[in-house]
Amino acid sequence: MSRRQRDDRGVPAAGMPVAGRPDLLRLSRRRFLQVLAGGAGALLVGIRIADADSAPLPLALLGDSFFDLGAYVRIDSDSNVLIGARDPDTGTGVATALPRIIADELDADWNRVSVVGLGLGVQDNNGQPRWTYGRQVGGTGSSIPAAWNDLRQVGAVARWLLLRAAARRLGVPADRLRCDAGTVIAPDGRRFTYGSLAEDASKIALPDAMPPLKQPARYQLIGQPAGDVDARTIVTGQARYAIDQHDGDALVAVLAHCPWPDGKLARIDTADTLAVKGVVKVVQLQPEPNQPWGSTVIAPAVAVLAEDTWSALQGRHKLKLEWTPGPSGSESSSALEQQAAALVAGSGAPTTRVRDEGDLEAAGKKAARRLQASYFQPWLAHATAEPMNCLVRLDKDKASLVVPTQAPQKAWAVVQRLTGLDPAQIEISVPRVGGGYGRRLDHDYVAEAVMLAQAVDKPVRLLWTREQDLDHDYYRSGSVHQLSVIIDRKRQLLGWDQRMASASALVNRGVPDGRLWTSEVDANQLPAGLVPNLRSDWYALPSAIPRGPLRGMPHLSNAFAVQCFIDEIAHSLKEDPLHTQLRLLGAPRQIALGNGGVLDTGRLINVLTLVTDRIEWKNWLRSVNGLGLACWHVNGAYVAHAIEVGMDGERLVIQRVVCAVDVGRVINPLGLEGQVAGATLDALSAALNLAITFKDGRIQQHSGKDYPLASMAQLPDAVEVISVPGGDLPPTGASFLAMPTAAPALANAVFRASAVRVRRLPLMKELLRLL
Amino acid sequence: MAPAQALPVTTDTIVPQKIRAGIDLQINGEHFRHTGDPQMPLLWYLRDVLRLTGTKYAGEHGDSGADLVLLDGKPASAITLPMEQLAGHQVTTVEGLAANDGTLHAIQQAFIDEDAIGCGYCVPGWLIASVALLRRQPHPTDDDIDQLSNLCRCGNQTRVRRAIKRAAAGKAGQP
Repeated sequence: MSRRQRDDRGVPAAGMPVAGRPDLLRLSRRRFLQVLAGGAGALLVGIRIADADSAPLPLALLGDSFFDLGAYVRIDSDSNVLIGARDPDTGTGVATALPRIIADELDADWNRVSVVGLGLGVQDNNGQPRWTYGRQVGGTGSSIPAAWNDLRQVGAVARWLLLRAAARRLGVPADRLRCDAGTVIAPDGRRFTYGSLAEDASKIALPDAMPPLKQPARYQLIGQPAGDVDARTIVTGQARYAIDQHDGDALVAVLAHCPWPDGKLARIDTADTLAVKGVVKVVQLQPEPNQPWGSTVIAPAVAVLAEDTWSALQGRHKLKLEWTPGPSGSESSSALEQQAAALVAGSGAPTTRVRDEGDLEAAGKKAARRLQASYFQPWLAHATAEPMNCLVRLDKDKASLVVPTQAPQKAWAVVQRLTGLDPAQIEISVPRVGGGYGRRLDHDYVAEAVMLAQAVDKPVRLLWTREQDLDHDYYRSGSVHQLSVIIDRKRQLLGWDQRMASASALVNRGVPDGRLWTSEVDANQLPAGLVPNLRSDWYALPSAIPRGPLRGMPHLSNAFAVQCFIDEIAHSLKEDPLHTQLRLLGAPRQIALGNGGVLDTGRLINVLTLVTDRIEWKNWLRSVNGLGLACWHVNGAYVAHAIEVGMDGERLVIQRVVCAVDVGRVINPLGLEGQVAGATLDALSAALNLAITFKDGRIQQHSGKDYPLASMAQLPDAVEVISVPGGDLPPTGASFLAMPTAAPALANAVFRASAVRVRRLPLMKELLRLL
Repeated sequence: MAPAQALPVTTDTIVPQKIRAGIDLQINGEHFRHTGDPQMPLLWYLRDVLRLTGTKYAGEHGDSGADLVLLDGKPASAITLPMEQLAGHQVTTVEGLAANDGTLHAIQQAFIDEDAIGCGYCVPGWLIASVALLRRQPHPTDDDIDQLSNLCRCGNQTRVRRAIKRAAAGKAGQP
């Protein structure tokens, strides 16, 4: 625990104004207590020694009556409490859940809490960035576990300061006082509101040691349902996403990208474009050489800058451009699939042997039965609701941006590289984000906006059209999975040979060749630890089509193959698939899988039992409808789906969907239910309909008509979510947990209803082909 | 200190500027006159000119329904409506659903009650579509609700369905 000298000069808070929530928090100069997340989850509490007075203006609206109790907590004399939410909320609910973790440890009254979306918190540490709020990443399933490690302590420190202030005022030891819903209560029953203590508390030196955290039995907010903190501003249309923000005289920029990321502009005629009223300038953009994917322009582009969006769009429409393809112009998704199928079926060495246990060859000698099947996954796009956009203003010694990002620190790095500004001269505001799914871990659009602002010397508001989002994405690669199983005379699964071929999302991202598989397959995925002789091989597929992280990777594709294959094994053995699953899992126990991974078979059995009981699985053979089942585990969280479908001729009706999850301790049950139901529908939508294809290197899907997200009518009316009470197990992330099992449960149900085994997604197209 | 100078006497008369011709329409009960390009879609007029940004950009064809407004009470995609077609018409956007005193429309309250929010980007479009549905069909069945063509990438549809039913049952704002 390090603690620095307290400095009396005081500095403004580093909180950023974020539209969509009240524009807040420029505090006047005063003592500023800082809570810094240190390495490895340790928390350092220190006093920031600085005297900068560069915080943005709208915070002054708050007035002087707020007192800082750390970087995240401010309380005014009327006991209004402001709590900062550090991670971008892309619809994952972290803007609600993270402040509630702090508020509970603070014993705050939630009705008096306002949540403030924190922008990027960055300070200058001898030319290097120091992150004010520790890690700031949203939508990767890591926000809640990280917050559990450090944000509880943020609340505990603030509470400790308030207790000390009350103790001094009363002349009573702090350990004889208690806190409840925004008040400190003395032994004699006297009550002091936090507001009446805030000013004194803000002047007290920090504790030498971290104050103790609450006992879980005393939690008031953690584990209780809470609606989204932004709900009211959203339903009234007042929420300002990045795409909604204006900055005075900013020019609107729209782009025409080259169809090929490695293509070239052959001819350009801008005369008609420049004749459009309102169009100011046409600028060419080039990807910077040797920059990784996601940190520079995604493809060569021509930008039209205009006074308003309509003029810019008209100007773009009138551009006359000819592009010539680069090497990627010879690629097609169908040829890549054939290549992948040949790799997994061939005898060549894999790129990486991801897991190798026991002796498959020896096991083969005891084989009573062998089974093999191949599964095909299409390429997928992100298709976020809010398209890529960015607002940037560059001044001589300052860059101010509004960025719809999942990772503001990565956005900062792009801006810093392009501008050469000092760390703290870059301000990044992150309003609520219209969906991320991994697309906004990349910042090509930020590079575009900054380059354009540099080119025109004016603020720029960049807007991608919906169509561009589909045409120019960091896609998820398609994949082919070949699975083989060796079954002995006692019907035990003796050997498991799994081969996957795909184009890694980590190519061109500075990742060493030996780690490229990590975006494609999980070394600990089922049935690792359950089959004595098991091999998992990954084959690299070469492709120049840009790729990147997509929600649910790498589990989405692998769970489909593995969980459908287990269903096929059950069918081949003429067993109830639930029985086969339970036989495979065996007795409840913890299995160490390596690299810190653990499979708790008891927790997996529990979620399987919960969904099968709820859907009345025992009737599955008698049902005219089909029932399907799948289970999975991700980073210590467990999930199972049971789905019932009916076939009405060629029409597939999803009758019932049940999902059980075990995420350890639940922070916000209402938020969790939303994430589980949402991820289920997201996965079903993708599995039913979606595929990206390309020919001659050109993406063939350009709009919602070619890439049709499922409509209300196609989706189930309800998702029944069962959440296992997690007790004192630490919380895990839930944002994509329910994705991997939805599609295999659906395909397994379709098999029972139609006798058609779908091994290729999207399911509807394949089902209609096979029926 | 120098004495204050008398203001110069001017003989010019102030001539009121000629009223600019334009397209007159009502948005959320207020009168507006658009004097720019008559081809400009309503969406960009709302978002860029009026800065009413609740109506979202949803693609060049309004595919996802996030750009729905009520045009004379019926849902319409704002990007497909050139201003020149709107003279004399009434437009309601999501900002116009609540009462002037801030009281929420029942469907807005029901979306909050059911936490039917997700990332929130497509919510304004769902609200507009739901208002139109409930006017047409005060007690919609599941099949009626299935007719909504809005899209939601977050998978918020089951909660939207609950919210519509709650509003229809008069239970918005109730536990």
